[in-house]
Amino acid sequence: MQTLVISTPQDYIPVAIQAVVALAFVVVVIIASNLLGPKRKTEEKLKNFECGIEQVGNARRPYSVKYFLIAILFVLFDVEVIFMYPWAVNFRTLGAFGFWEMMVFTIILLAGFLYVLLKGAFNWQKREE
Amino acid sequence: MISLSDITQWIHKMLFQYLNGTVAYGAELVLAGVAVIALVVAMAIIMVYAERKFAGFFQMRWGPNRVGKWGTLQAIADTVKLMLKECITPNNADKPMFKLAPIIITVVGFLALAPFAFAKGIVLWDMNIGVFYVTAISSLSVIGILMGGWASNNKYSLLGALRSGAQIVSYELSAGLSIAAIIVMSGSMSLNDIILAQTDGWWILRGHIPAIIAFVISIIASTAEANRSPFDLAEGEQELTGGYHTEYSGIQFALFFLAEYTTMFILAMLNITLFLGGWMPFHIPGLTVFNHIMDFIPGIVWFFGKTFFILFLMIWFRWTFPRMRIDKLLKLEWKYLLPISIVNLLFAAFITLMGWHF
Repeated sequence: MQTLVISTPQDYIPVAIQAVVALAFVVVVIIASNLLGPKRKTEEKLKNFECGIEQVGNARRPYSVKYFLIAILFVLFDVEVIFMYPWAVNFRTLGAFGFWEMMVFTIILLAGFLYVLLKGAFNWQKREE
Repeated sequence: MISLSDITQWIHKMLFQYLNGTVAYGAELVLAGVAVIALVVAMAIIMVYAERKFAGFFQMRWGPNRVGKWGTLQAIADTVKLMLKECITPNNADKPMFKLAPIIITVVGFLALAPFAFAKGIVLWDMNIGVFYVTAISSLSVIGILMGGWASNNKYSLLGALRSGAQIVSYELSAGLSIAAIIVMSGSMSLNDIILAQTDGWWILRGHIPAIIAFVISIIASTAEANRSPFDLAEGEQELTGGYHTEYSGIQFALFFLAEYTTMFILAMLNITLFLGGWMPFHIPGLTVFNHIMDFIPGIVWFFGKTFFILFLMIWFRWTFPRMRIDKLLKLEWKYLLPISIVNLLFAAFITLMGWHF
């Protein structure tokens, strides 16, 4: 049987300090580079590079909805993956009960996955081989 | 023999001797943070050199060989050059977001290093949520990439950022599931406990079939998450100029570059901790003499040896496989790796339940 370890906010101090140190490093490097580097700004230089030739139009335009679909599906499935972490940690204490519970959970999850698959959410082209 | 933990204990004693408790504790943490950052920057410089040199050898040429002996100072010279360059923010760009993106991506990269155990007793933050923390923090880097690509106001950058976003979040799933397979076997999320659970043998050997499947999936997912070839569509030079960091110059570009290598390094360390035993020497239960000989090699050597092995694999992939198309890349994840890793997790649970691992 595992002993119950309750973590307190104090346990997270090392991470907070590391965040401060990391941020300080990045800011110092950027400031140092700004002091060291030249500053000669011209009209041409401040234009977008893009692909090397003059920019046509604006980049704020609609893009393929497929990326949005992937993001939504990710949110759905990632929540399920996060559910599996506490189960995984406690698996040895849960034993066979935990295994069959997860079996049921996974079958429901895979049914949803099958639905998404058959709906063609992962096909990027209209006609898939 | 001096081990690394002796040095840290000596520093610990010195600090507590001359300063009072709270200040010494704070100073120790700051020192540890600085040490970790220095380690990552050094690793990034070594990796840039190694990558270019290996690329040269894979293509039957010399690679860098002008600056310093065998070109060893090339990466340092590049770093100095990038420091001395001007940072340009294009007029069209979303300026605050454009400047924030490299900061976020680098800080996130450094933060994810906190729970790793580099050698016996050398761990900055031994926490019971270690693995979970690493996956959570390292997936934040996608925000930096999306911010950079969007703020650049450049169609190619936007496309690269979107591709990268879709790719990282997709491969996050199977990476998370293959990590969960190891958590099931070792029953803890603390990276230190996972390493200690591998005293009698690494999980990849003890956990046999499910662990090997999880390892292969994890390596593929890590390569994709680090935006490495053959999954480097985010930068695809031939089609997108430079991807999400096209508009960045000088130190801001260097920070993106550093973050990319930090991600690679973190994922390599995570993989070896979970599957190859971290700093744990190679042990075969029963062979006492062999185990003792293996124990003579310090943990830090094992750790970095294994890390460099995984990093070498990633470099090797880059010069072996052609780049994939975005739809095929996402199809590989959603249609194959995700169902395989879900079933594999159950399989690993079954093996653990029956006690069929060694």
